[in-house]
Amino acid sequence: MDFNTAAETNIFDRPKILGKAVPRRDGPLKTTGRAPYAYERHDVAEGQLVGYPLGSAIAKGRILSMDTEAARAAPGVRAIVTTLDMEAMPVPSEMHTAHLFGGDKVEHYHQAIAVVVAETFEQARAATALIKVEYDADEGAEFDLLAAYEKMKDTPVDPEVSKGDFETAFANAAHRIDRTYVTTPQNHAQMEPQATVAAWDENGNVTLWTSNQMIQWAKKAVAKTFEMDVEKVRVDSPYVGGGFGNKLFIRSDVVLAALGAKAAGQPVKLAMPRPFVMNNTTHRAGTVQRIRIGTDAQGKIVALAHEGTSNTLPGGSGEDATNQSQHFYAADTLLIATRLAEMHLPEANAMRAPGEASGLMGLEMAMDEMAEELGMDPVQFRLVNDTDTSPATGKKFSDRNFARCLTEGAERFGWENRNTTPGSRREGDWLIGHGVAGAFRPSPATTSGARVRLQADGRIIVETDMTDIGTGSYTIIAQTVAEAMGMDIEDVEVRLGDSAFPVSSGSGGQFGAVSSTAGAYAACTALRREVARRIGHNDADGLSFARGNVTAGAKETPLVDIAPEGEIVAEDKVKFGSFRKDRMVATFAAHFVEVGVNAWTGEVRVRRMLGVCDAGRIMNPTTALSQVIGGMVMGVGAALSEEIAVDTAKGVFINHDLANYEVPVHADIPEQEVVFLDTLDPVSGPLKSKGVGELGLCGVAGAVANAVYNATGVRAREYPITLDKLLDGLPEV
Amino acid sequence: MRAFSYEKVKNPAGAAARAAEVANAKFVAGGTNLLDLMKLEIETPLHLIDVNGLGLDRIEGTDDGGLRIGTLVRNTALAADERVKRDYPVLTRALMAGASGQLRNKATTGGNLLQRTRCPYFYDTAMACNKRKPGSGCAAQAPGAFSRQLGVVGVSEACIATHPSDMAVAMRALDAVVETVMPEGETRAIPLADFHLLPGHTPEVETALKPGELITAVTLPAPVGGHQSYTKVRDRSSYAFALVSVALIRQPDGSGAVALGGVAPKPWRNAAADKLLPEGAKAVMAELMKDARPTEQNRYKIKLAERTLASALNEAKG
Repeated sequence: MDFNTAAETNIFDRPKILGKAVPRRDGPLKTTGRAPYAYERHDVAEGQLVGYPLGSAIAKGRILSMDTEAARAAPGVRAIVTTLDMEAMPVPSEMHTAHLFGGDKVEHYHQAIAVVVAETFEQARAATALIKVEYDADEGAEFDLLAAYEKMKDTPVDPEVSKGDFETAFANAAHRIDRTYVTTPQNHAQMEPQATVAAWDENGNVTLWTSNQMIQWAKKAVAKTFEMDVEKVRVDSPYVGGGFGNKLFIRSDVVLAALGAKAAGQPVKLAMPRPFVMNNTTHRAGTVQRIRIGTDAQGKIVALAHEGTSNTLPGGSGEDATNQSQHFYAADTLLIATRLAEMHLPEANAMRAPGEASGLMGLEMAMDEMAEELGMDPVQFRLVNDTDTSPATGKKFSDRNFARCLTEGAERFGWENRNTTPGSRREGDWLIGHGVAGAFRPSPATTSGARVRLQADGRIIVETDMTDIGTGSYTIIAQTVAEAMGMDIEDVEVRLGDSAFPVSSGSGGQFGAVSSTAGAYAACTALRREVARRIGHNDADGLSFARGNVTAGAKETPLVDIAPEGEIVAEDKVKFGSFRKDRMVATFAAHFVEVGVNAWTGEVRVRRMLGVCDAGRIMNPTTALSQVIGGMVMGVGAALSEEIAVDTAKGVFINHDLANYEVPVHADIPEQEVVFLDTLDPVSGPLKSKGVGELGLCGVAGAVANAVYNATGVRAREYPITLDKLLDGLPEV
Repeated sequence: MRAFSYEKVKNPAGAAARAAEVANAKFVAGGTNLLDLMKLEIETPLHLIDVNGLGLDRIEGTDDGGLRIGTLVRNTALAADERVKRDYPVLTRALMAGASGQLRNKATTGGNLLQRTRCPYFYDTAMACNKRKPGSGCAAQAPGAFSRQLGVVGVSEACIATHPSDMAVAMRALDAVVETVMPEGETRAIPLADFHLLPGHTPEVETALKPGELITAVTLPAPVGGHQSYTKVRDRSSYAFALVSVALIRQPDGSGAVALGGVAPKPWRNAAADKLLPEGAKAVMAELMKDARPTEQNRYKIKLAERTLASALNEAKG
């Protein structure tokens, strides 16, 4: 199916199942322990041994020697593979930066340098601790983003976007601010660590039961890393215990399990210990963001500059905090530039809403500061600078209702009743403040395929290598197929995550829901054609599929009678035409937050949150709500507590467990209110829906930060806004 | 984790004797800290002596009107005890501010006192740590280190780790005494003030316990009344160790006791500071923090402690 023009009125505009609050299909399985995660796939391969990883104890340098004698002699040990046993394996894909295994060169702390395979987990772990490693560490390597920024900030770089004469416009602006904001590195901190069961057969085929968001990428990456035929690789990942981008790509668990299995001649399972997740895999890079805004006397932005600097391993792309600033607000002149501070921290790569999540932490605080400079209501300031075209590209937004998000949100939140003098509302021990922020995140779509199999009993089995990373894919694909085929949702079985299934979009960049449901719809359209043919029609036009029947004129045929002797299989994929790229397809939100800040201690507690989202058709209000409130929780963490602390001399994320990397707990999160605007975006896809998985995070931290300022009068420009950054500005005791 | 042997013991003196005679033995009760540390090979005992069967799990009155808390009383049970809630509310509040419900159900009174620091450098065996590996250095004080959560007072060049307990801070304000039994069967009573040691040059030595010596109970003196509070300040609302905590007992005449958590290698209190309570938080904290040697990253704790005490005093006066 080619999606080459904007969707017209179609079956999804009279939905019976799509758009309904259908409960998560995987919910009961997960809450009762019947959804096996990768490490629990005990039944997929017999004779599983257990692997345990060893990570480098230095961040940069070389390994001189590894003594495995004691480890090899330890009880239960069946195989050991060390990084010195081979040359560096190829980097798995262009989207990876770090090598995952092999060679004597150490690029970052906890780089995988050995795997020990034993009969039990305890034996493998104990033996791993017996390996003695001699290093030649590079002295004087630097891991301090702020220090690197100071050195490079005055060196000119070619701007990514330069529209008009920013410098002149800024210099002549009636009002202006010039501020620098800092975000620290963050970890995805998903509950399920990376884990893989690997098994080779006698023909050199490998199967990897793993936890991954992008099955096709994983399959190709395994083939590239092991320099083998891609058709000899199978990847299976039906349940994923959270990903947030940390599982977009294969990591060393896949490589170590496969190497261990080959060496031991038996299947091997391996899960990353939590500290290893923090330092071996990927993180969201820290950023330093200089933002300059100039406006005319009425508050129209005449000049906007956003310069972002982030950390990355050499050759990587860091975190581009500037993307939203090219498109979000009307700006007569623009200057967008990025710098990369190369250093040997672990690999910086995508984490939920890469770019915007960090960039809006800067931009939305700057918008608040600019509004204050102007003496304008921050909601009004954003409304004044609303735009229906991207100032950087000149492209029109396909559908943009950001102004409604702001005005309806302000109304619902009671924004007009807020205190406008920072630091002047107190209830007992608590200083009370309110903040607002806007949110913007593109809603891309990508080719996605599916296979539908109409069974003799009238049920349908859907197969696609799409993943459900806790987002609701199983559910919304079932809804889409049930809607398209006019069936009960109970009669639709969805199978995901197996590379033997048709290639899908996968889960990432909030493109999964739009793309994979469209792919399932494409397959259903093919099936409808085939059903039509079976009842003597050339195509499905004019046929009606409802209540488990297909109706042609006065003749109604139950689907159960269509393939009595077997199944009918139809497969197709959706391809999104270039017309979609002629528009800016994006999602928007406004977030409103009330905080209390303890006047004595500076502790910040969020008291109320409201998010108003503009994301096209909401396919399932329950799963979409879960995505947004989960994003809002992550935003509170980003604002107030989440920082993987860098030991800037050793290059180690030192608070590398879930006790010390503080994600919000239940007690931190108040009642969260989410409103979805009833919008449709026919340019986005046949279902006129857009992504919400990343939108829910965007802008939240900025709203919290602005509320903290409103409460205290202290403007903390370095996230996370912990109490030590507020103490000096709190009322005297 | 290293392989280890395991036994259950029947009586306290026998437990102590076994611990003294078996090389590299450790007691295990709730296991909420020890087992984690064993998995990471920070603790590497060769033998575990399970004391859960010793029956030391009762809370009973003492002759002088106080309470004797068996070493195996779980944190949840202790916090919920009616006598504790009524007569020693600072202790209930401190316990409920600690860990999580699941951990409090397992963690014991004696084990809580003996838990190890949460310094991140202690937890990463690739890092220098004098407490974990004497003589290896203190990575937490090296240039570039992350020390925001570490100690500011009572610390040394060898170690700036804090003691993580909330319970112990309240017990310190209450003048608790630790009762023990020795391998030879004799018993002794150690004031909690003397139980935890400052690191000095030997941060690996954390308590006054002798080899094999087993905690059997913690006793509290007769109730002192007054307004009692435990104020724990942290970056998130639950399941986090204190940046600063303040256990306060304040009598109507303004006298009382104050002990701090989150700032030192042991619950931090001194008599001179207590005497200054009527003069307010600034005077008390000047005394408690007089020998402070903070890092750039944790200097804020000094101000935070003063403001937290001021908050607690304000509430007590309210």
